[in-house]
Amino acid sequence: MAKMTMVQALNLALKQEMAKDDSVIVLGEDVGVDGGVFRVTDGLINQFGQDRVLDTPLAESGIVGMSIGMAVYGLKPVCEIQFSGFSYQNFHQIENHAARLRLRSRGRYNVPMVLRTPYGGGVRALEHHSESRETFWAHMPGIKMVIPSGPRNARALLVSAIRDPDPVIFYESKALYRAFREEVPEEEETMPIGKPRIAQEGKDLTLISYGAMMRPTLEAAAGLKEKDGVEAEVIDLLTVSPLDDEIFVQSVLKTGRAVVIHEAPRSFGPGAEIVSRLMEKAFYYLEVPIERVTGYDIIIPLFSREKAYLPNAQRIIRAARKALSN
Amino acid sequence: MPRNTINIPDKIEYLSILNEKGELDAGLEPDIPEELLLKLHRALLLSRKFDERLLNLQRQGRIGTFPPINGQEAAQLGAVALLRPSDWMVPAFRETAAEIWRGRSLESVIIYNNGYSEGAEIPQDLNNLPISVPVGSQILHAVGLGWAAKYRQTDDVAMTFFGDGATSEGDFHEGLNFAGVFQAPVIFVCQNNHWAISLPVAKQTRSKTLAQKALAYGMPGIQVDGNDILAVYAAAKEAVDRARADQGPTLIECVTYRMAVHTTADDPKRYRTEKEVDKWRKRDPIVRFQKYLVDKGLLSEDKIAGIESEVLEVIQAAVDGAEEKMKALGDPIDMFEHAYAEMPAYLKEQKEAFVTEVAEMTEEGDHG
Repeated sequence: MAKMTMVQALNLALKQEMAKDDSVIVLGEDVGVDGGVFRVTDGLINQFGQDRVLDTPLAESGIVGMSIGMAVYGLKPVCEIQFSGFSYQNFHQIENHAARLRLRSRGRYNVPMVLRTPYGGGVRALEHHSESRETFWAHMPGIKMVIPSGPRNARALLVSAIRDPDPVIFYESKALYRAFREEVPEEEETMPIGKPRIAQEGKDLTLISYGAMMRPTLEAAAGLKEKDGVEAEVIDLLTVSPLDDEIFVQSVLKTGRAVVIHEAPRSFGPGAEIVSRLMEKAFYYLEVPIERVTGYDIIIPLFSREKAYLPNAQRIIRAARKALSN
Repeated sequence: MPRNTINIPDKIEYLSILNEKGELDAGLEPDIPEELLLKLHRALLLSRKFDERLLNLQRQGRIGTFPPINGQEAAQLGAVALLRPSDWMVPAFRETAAEIWRGRSLESVIIYNNGYSEGAEIPQDLNNLPISVPVGSQILHAVGLGWAAKYRQTDDVAMTFFGDGATSEGDFHEGLNFAGVFQAPVIFVCQNNHWAISLPVAKQTRSKTLAQKALAYGMPGIQVDGNDILAVYAAAKEAVDRARADQGPTLIECVTYRMAVHTTADDPKRYRTEKEVDKWRKRDPIVRFQKYLVDKGLLSEDKIAGIESEVLEVIQAAVDGAEEKMKALGDPIDMFEHAYAEMPAYLKEQKEAFVTEVAEMTEEGDHG
């Protein structure tokens, strides 16, 4: 197995799916000749030609609206929005059409498209390049919201997203693009959408996170083990919506203690829903109130101050210790 | 440093074949088979009478709010008549005549407008998209469909409809720009009905025509008398032929008029005069087409009366059929369907909780 960055792993997923299925079309700004500003689509235009890899005009609504039409026809467009901060210019296409064409045609049409887009902070980027707005998409019935946490699951989830009959918003953490390498098998690998995974087993406390925040969360789990002798169970959601609560509810039934971690702003963030599910399904098993470690309810600051905004292992450990009190 | 004129090698034509009095410009008469002419005439009448009946049903409280099409029948039917079943029709929300021509049942229109999504169901063999309410947003879907048809090496085309108001939307610009860049086989049919609710087209744009906007996207644009079905047909034929021959998209501006309300929740007396409406009443698309067909010897007063009573019977049967079908649509449980290919676990839970709660509330009755 080759060791790959997330960029290389995503590229592998696209390359293999395009080779396998000529209905897979890649489109977006600078995805062709330039290979994408992060190089995720590197080399695809050479291998598959400009009928399969479309360098589009600079217009997000155009990219997504056109993708919807392609998907209704029966193609599987994988469009890239260069930064998720620009995806609000295609917001209405997702909300008004991608999410509901199945309903509005009563099943005659579905929209098997993937919208890939980089999200999140931590890479000293410009304004509008660092937000974490998964709640926008997770709040839309009809949409699937997927956020991988490493090269191997990114590759497997992207393959599954391309094959999924419903529209998938696929958030790729810029902070993870080249942060580390993982073994990624050359042979096909998929992962079910809508299914979290247990990243690390433990009995004392449940840490629930996803995406870029999985790194500080796992770091915190290691720190808790080392410093406090605490065994934390770490859940990686992978899919924010549809949110499957079975795995984290089972975990909290066991541990009675939970911390939810995300870089999105706290209020109405995914953590709010996770905590509600735990209230509904694990309330009598909780030993202490559930803790949240999140971004603050502000616009993420420009990069000189973004570290202060983003949750880190130390903040997670502090919250975990609160959750471990009593 | 010179200031030279850049010659834009295009022009905008205005096309009218059958004038307001129903007089024909014989040199421009399109070659339409008699059978199709009569079919179009019946479709015009059916659409008009159905629209009148829907308005009637709405006023009686038997259906909800809907957007009447009165006055715009020719602008729709003249264009959509060029499509084959395998082509794609992408409507906005005031294209009931075009939808019916493309096979949508009258019953489904009534059922949808009475608030049941069953009426939005699209049969497997119809390449129509459902109506699109957010103005202009559907234009891009036609570009994707047209592009896909070309990618799959068919000569199918996509035709999308929108109004004068939609030309102010970003999606209009993005759609036409993408279609131009990718040379997608798309026919953009703008029904300029002069009013976007209360805003007249003169306040929508400083452009002399809407058709000229095509030039900026490197595609042909033409303005036609949208109440002249022959002119609409002739322009649409050129556009569809070009698209099938992989010669790219076209913008057709059909100049027409919204004779009725924007929707049944609207009161046009607040923003336009009866005098203006009267002016357009004299330009009725059906009257002039009937005169043309009578002059051609294809129709007579008696035949028109016969067709009228036949379409009224069809409409009555649809009203009866729809009302019968709606009796069986009372169960709200249907609202949980069609969100995803497979219902997620939490949605199943919500659906089950709903069923239980409804049963319990029914049990409680007034004592709850």
